[in-house]
Amino acid sequence: MTRSSAASPASRPVKISCRNLWKIYGTPPDRAMRPGQGPAAAEFARQLRAAGRVPALVDASFDVHEGEIFVIMGLSGSGKSTLIRCLTRLIDAEFGEVRLDGEDLLAATPKQLIDIRRHKMGMVFQNFGLMPHLSVLENVAYPLKLQGEAKPAREARARQMISLVGLDGREQALPSQLSGGQQQRVGIARSLAVEPDLWFLDEPFSALDPMIRRQMQDEFLDLQRRLHKTIVFITHDIAEACRLADRIAILRDGRIIQIGTPADLLLRPADDYVAEFTADISPASVIRVGDIARPGQEVAGARTVAGDLPVEALLTDIATGTTDFAVQPAGKYGGGGLTAARVLRILGRHGRQDDETAAG
Amino acid sequence: MTDLFRRPGLLIWSVAFAVCLALVLLAPQVRWIASFPRALQLPLADWLNAGLNPLFETVQPIGRGFATVIDAPLRLVRDLLLFVPWPAFAVAMFLVALRTAGRGLAIFGLIAQLYIVAVGYWTETMNTFAIVLLSLPPAVLIGFGLGVAGHRWPRLRAALIVVLDLMQTFPAFAYLIPLLILFGFGPSAGVIASVIFSIPPMARNTLVGLREVPAVIIEAGVMNGATPGQLFWTAKLPAAARQLLVGVNQTTMASLSMVIIVAIIGGFNDIGWEVLSAMRAAELGRCLLAGVVIVALAIVLDRITGALATGTPRGVVLMPDRGLLTVVAAILLAGIGLRLALPGLELLPRGLGFAAAKALDRSLLQFVGWSDPVFSGLRDALNYGIILPLRIGLATAASPMVWGFALQPWMVAAYAILTLALAVVLAPRRPAAALLILFAALILYTGLARFPWPCVVLIALLAAWRIRGVGLLAVVSTALAMILLSGLWQPFVQSLYLTAIAVLFCVLIGGAIGIAAAENDRLSQIVRPISDALQTLPQFVFLIPALMLFRVGEFTALIAIMLYAIVPPVRYVEHGLRGVPPHLVEAAVQMGVSRWQLLRDVKLPLAGPAIRLGVNQTIMYAISMLVIAALVGTRDLGQQVYIALGNANAGLGFVAGLSIALLAIVADRMLRRN
Repeated sequence: MTRSSAASPASRPVKISCRNLWKIYGTPPDRAMRPGQGPAAAEFARQLRAAGRVPALVDASFDVHEGEIFVIMGLSGSGKSTLIRCLTRLIDAEFGEVRLDGEDLLAATPKQLIDIRRHKMGMVFQNFGLMPHLSVLENVAYPLKLQGEAKPAREARARQMISLVGLDGREQALPSQLSGGQQQRVGIARSLAVEPDLWFLDEPFSALDPMIRRQMQDEFLDLQRRLHKTIVFITHDIAEACRLADRIAILRDGRIIQIGTPADLLLRPADDYVAEFTADISPASVIRVGDIARPGQEVAGARTVAGDLPVEALLTDIATGTTDFAVQPAGKYGGGGLTAARVLRILGRHGRQDDETAAG
Repeated sequence: MTDLFRRPGLLIWSVAFAVCLALVLLAPQVRWIASFPRALQLPLADWLNAGLNPLFETVQPIGRGFATVIDAPLRLVRDLLLFVPWPAFAVAMFLVALRTAGRGLAIFGLIAQLYIVAVGYWTETMNTFAIVLLSLPPAVLIGFGLGVAGHRWPRLRAALIVVLDLMQTFPAFAYLIPLLILFGFGPSAGVIASVIFSIPPMARNTLVGLREVPAVIIEAGVMNGATPGQLFWTAKLPAAARQLLVGVNQTTMASLSMVIIVAIIGGFNDIGWEVLSAMRAAELGRCLLAGVVIVALAIVLDRITGALATGTPRGVVLMPDRGLLTVVAAILLAGIGLRLALPGLELLPRGLGFAAAKALDRSLLQFVGWSDPVFSGLRDALNYGIILPLRIGLATAASPMVWGFALQPWMVAAYAILTLALAVVLAPRRPAAALLILFAALILYTGLARFPWPCVVLIALLAAWRIRGVGLLAVVSTALAMILLSGLWQPFVQSLYLTAIAVLFCVLIGGAIGIAAAENDRLSQIVRPISDALQTLPQFVFLIPALMLFRVGEFTALIAIMLYAIVPPVRYVEHGLRGVPPHLVEAAVQMGVSRWQLLRDVKLPLAGPAIRLGVNQTIMYAISMLVIAALVGTRDLGQQVYIALGNANAGLGFVAGLSIALLAIVADRMLRRN
């Protein structure tokens, strides 16, 4: 599990961002209203609910950097589908702004929007969204056909994509003849056919069996190592989120309650809700050595380890008596000193609230 | 009593009952209660005619011109169909049926065509087929266009659905009148009537198909950068294709049904006309022989178009489709070539059909004569025991002429006391049921036909208002006012009670069959193909057996209506009962219910929505059959439409037809819960 990222994603330019985004179902509110921020936003949402409207998305703001895997995670009804649809403008938000490469996406005309979707965005859907009447090849070539690309060119490209997701030989099959996992590979191939920079995945693996899901997650990470897309990934599965994400946004009742790396969520949960969520996650596999190393506290003669190793990789050494580690920076993970006692204390304390760990 | 005031509905209905009771008691003394005063009636039909006739006269030349335009392709199609020698046609048909609907239907179709040739109805069958072929493309295209428009502009949808309801419930005979005036007597008017009648199923299926395209398909299309036009043609339309083909199937069947009915115009020597003229001449054998042709034609058309909608799962693939098309075309062309080469060739045997009809006629007459005691006994028993009392009430039925004794005052008193006692017993726990019994007893006493009109108006208005609110109230008021003012009250009541009795019997008998079929798989396997066949048959066909067994009369009409309307309760009840989630049945069985308790407490309540839909459909079927059944003798609105057709009285046809259509739509809206 090595990351492709050479440097912390945060240092790279912002690909897509949203600010104070609101989606309200029910009778549309007055556009002239200003929902406000922070406590004012909470009060505004309360008023909307009292008036019988449903604020599905409350004051959502975040940036996704180039090459980053940004996972939006929440239970059903938390507003994650609404959020990704506001980012792609499949539905329109009531308030707030969305910027793609710095340009106001909400101001795009229908024509510009079609153009953006044709060249800059790809999307994978939970229930695949394959055209039932088209073969695998035609499905993957579909976005190119919409752009008016000639048949030989688009089919050549589609074959490349099909081979990328490992479906060679199934080009002529209909979606109904494929397994769920295979159908989603077609969905992935189709979403990549136009070589978008920005890749949206809406619960892509939720409809699959657990075994297939894990396999698809590995293949997804493998693809990303080669393609370096900017990814917005939706899931309701915290284990999946921790496995795939560079950063995770936790959504509850339409509100983002925490944004952070998987280790952040485990080590510094914003509230009980987040702590509850991560309770079942094995910290040893999610937290990287670099997450808990203390810069400048290296001890001479310590065992050298890479910062992007999961903490569980140290356990054998600890069991055989190693007490000090010197962590080398790797990828986005920093370096520093780390004692066996600290590792065990963090693993033991995980899930408790009086956590002063990493900072202390 | 406190309950009465807590639930305003009960109070209102109690007051309504008191008013009705008072009106019934007053009716013998006050003339205007018993029947709507003649002085207040308005010649609505005449006024309509006065308004319409000049309009017709101005538009007529255009209409006649249009008729000639339709006439040319119609004759072309017919001549072409007849020019192909029948063996070539039969083989081509066999191959098509084999590819689409499978071995069984292919053989059935072949036998059917041999039969048609043998009884000498090939020409008539091809004539009917030609009208269906010609009216299908415009019906499908217009229906599709309307459906797409209704999908595209949601505001249009509500209006469109009302128009479609009207098109489907407005009796064809009624709009045949202006069509005949405009386009002249001839098959073109038939084509146009058939197109009008076949548009709604296509439009409805288009609406449903487009609406039910999965959201994810649309989102995928949009995210792949489809323009609105591309989204429609490459995503929505293919995803809705199956439903559209279901629409084509239903449109074909509607078209065939209407083509058979409009044969009443005459002049095209088609198979419907053959049945009708045989019916009029009381030639039962000929009637049956031609009727069987219609049945066979309906089944073949339905199975082939239906198979296309389900993706031809039973089809036998002999060769690639393109090759098959070539072979079919080659066979037809070879047939035409043969005919051109040998102009004198006459392949159709002569005389066989006529002889068969005569023989069948004789044996049928024998059978009817032999079985008459049974069937007329059955008819009389039902007539005097159930139908007459429902129509003229216990008050009149209990006379020396009907039941052999006169109604004594003590009997009336006993009836009243018994009813009241029952109502009082039920009142505390089930007040609604008590009220229902009171109303039923009152109506049974006077009979539907003699139930005072102000009572019917009061009950109808109250029901419309309580069930659906002001909108339906306005519709019902308009409809009742129109019926009363135009002097059609008596025919209307006849229609009402014909429908009511037919629906009652259909729901009871059909419901029982449906329950039995849901509980017993083997029975279900027998019932299902019969229901399928009954549902594909043109309405007209149901007159034939009814007429044979029971002769002309209202009872025969009732039987014909019931034959046609019994399928929905059978189907929907079985479907509803079988649709009960298995885990609920398991839970109930685990708790130790008996089979009867399971049915009563679990399955029937859960199947409620499906059953209600079935009742709704039964009513629609029964009402749509009213006009057809008028052919065998009724005195209802259907008969008025039929009379209007005979006199080319567009005004009367319109008023009576609209009354039937409104009856159907109001019944539908009242039964359909939001």
